[in-house]
Amino acid sequence: MLDRYGVVALFAFMAVLFPAIPLVFSWIIRPKKPNKSKTTTYECGLEFEDFPEEAQQVWVQFRVQYFLYAIIFVVFDIEAVFLYPWAVAYNALGLYALVEMVLFLGILILALAYAWRKGLLEWA
Amino acid sequence: MDILNNLFVSLYVWVADLLHGLLGGLGLAKDAEAALVSAIMVLLVITVILLWMVLMVLILIWLERKNAARLQDRVGPNRVGPWGLLQPVADTIKMFIKEDIVPANADKFVHTLAPMVAMMPAVLAFAVIPWGKGMQPVDINIGVLWIVAVASIGTIGVFIGGYGSNNKYSLLGGMRAVAQMVSYEIPQVLTMVPIVLMVGSMSLVKINEAQSGWFGLQWFIFAVPVGPIAFVVYYLSALAEVGRTPFDLPEGESEIVAGYMTEYSGMKWGLFYLAEYFNFFIVCTIAATLFLGGWNGPILPPYVWFILKVYGLILLGMWIRMTWPRFRVDQLMNLAWKVLVPIALVNIVLAGLGLPIFKTIGF
Repeated sequence: MLDRYGVVALFAFMAVLFPAIPLVFSWIIRPKKPNKSKTTTYECGLEFEDFPEEAQQVWVQFRVQYFLYAIIFVVFDIEAVFLYPWAVAYNALGLYALVEMVLFLGILILALAYAWRKGLLEWA
Repeated sequence: MDILNNLFVSLYVWVADLLHGLLGGLGLAKDAEAALVSAIMVLLVITVILLWMVLMVLILIWLERKNAARLQDRVGPNRVGPWGLLQPVADTIKMFIKEDIVPANADKFVHTLAPMVAMMPAVLAFAVIPWGKGMQPVDINIGVLWIVAVASIGTIGVFIGGYGSNNKYSLLGGMRAVAQMVSYEIPQVLTMVPIVLMVGSMSLVKINEAQSGWFGLQWFIFAVPVGPIAFVVYYLSALAEVGRTPFDLPEGESEIVAGYMTEYSGMKWGLFYLAEYFNFFIVCTIAATLFLGGWNGPILPPYVWFILKVYGLILLGMWIRMTWPRFRVDQLMNLAWKVLVPIALVNIVLAGLGLPIFKTIGF
C-alpha cells in the first residue's frame, strides 16, 4: 500500500515541477520590455485609464446564480461520495443495499425536483 | 505475438535490470538498492509519459487544425514541414520566445500561479491510467475516485486565472468556467457509478480486466441499456468539463474575448492551452477505459487497441466541435441539471436492478 502511494507522491512532485520547467526556461530566453500601454488592462481597444474610477474596478459583487449552482453542486458531490463505496460493495450487500440506495436517491431526486420547482435551476 | 504484446513491459523490466546492474557496484544494502531502483524507474516512467503526452498534444493540435480545415473546405496548415506537420513545433518555439505581459493591475503572484495549478491535475491523472496490459504507473484501488478528485483542482486554476487578471472578461470567463465545470462534474461522476457497480471495484485495471470476455469485445458499452446511456452522458459531460466547442462559453471569443485567458501571453498562455489538450486526452482515455473496453480487443496488441480507441473518441470530439454552434449559458445549465443529472440518476437505479441479468450474460 505504502509503495503505491509513494508512486502517487512522486507524481504529485512531478506535477509541480512539470509546469515550472517551461515557465523558467521561457523566463530565461524571452525579451522583457514592458511599457505602460502594454501593461494596461485589455479593454477591446479602448483606453482603460480614461474610464471613471468605479469602472476600472472589476473585483465586484457577482450575480447570485453562480453561488446557487455551487450550493447544489456540493449536495450532489457529497452524494457521489456515498454512492461510490455503495457501488463497490453492492454485490456483497444484495437487496438490502438496493432498497437503501433507492430511498437515498429518491430523497435526492425529490430535492432536485424541489430546487427545479423553486426556480433555482433557471438562469434568468 | 507475445513479444509484441508485452513490448513495453519487457522494456521496463530490461531497464530495471540494467539499473540494478549499475547500482550493484555501489555496495548498498539490498533494501536500499531496491527502493532506489524503483524510485528512479517511477521518475523515468513519469518523464516518458509526459514527453509522450507533449508529443501527442503537438500531433493533436495539428490534427485538429487540419480536420477543422477539411470540414470547412479549406487546406489548413501546409507551409511548415510536410503537410504542415511542423506547424505546432514552430508555434511552441514562438511561445517560448514571446514576451510575457502581465497587466499592471493584476495580482501578479496569482496570475503566475494559475497556469501551473491548471496544469497539475492533468499530470496527476496519468498516475492511474492504464495504457495497456501491465502498463499503468500505479494500480490503486480508488482509481476512478482519484481521477474525479484531481480533475476538480483544474477548476481552481482556471478561476484564480480569471480572478487574478483583474479584467472584466477574465473574471466573467472564470466565473462561467467554474459554474460549467462544477455543473458537469455531477453527471460525469454519477455516470461512472454503474460501471463501478458492475465491476465491484474502482481500480482502472480491474475495470479493464472485467471487459476481457467475448474475445476482448465484452465492452461495457454493449451492456444495453445501461452502458450506452452511461457512455453518452459521460462523453457529453466530459466535453463540457474540458470546455470543448459546443460548450466553450468560458472562452467564447465572440462574447468575452478569450475568457480567463484574455490577459495571458507567451508560455503562461501555452500552459493553459497544453492543459486543455491534456484534459481532453485524459477524458478520452477514461471513456475508452470505462466504456470501450480499454486495452481489450481481438488480434492487435493491447496498447494499440487503447490508442486507437482514444483517437477515435478524440476525432469524434473534433467532429462535434466543427459541427455544432456554441450553447447559450441557460441552455448549458439546463442540459446539465435538467437532462443529464436525472438520466444519470435513473441509470444508476437501472444498473442496480439489472445487475443479476448482466451477471448471467457475463458482465
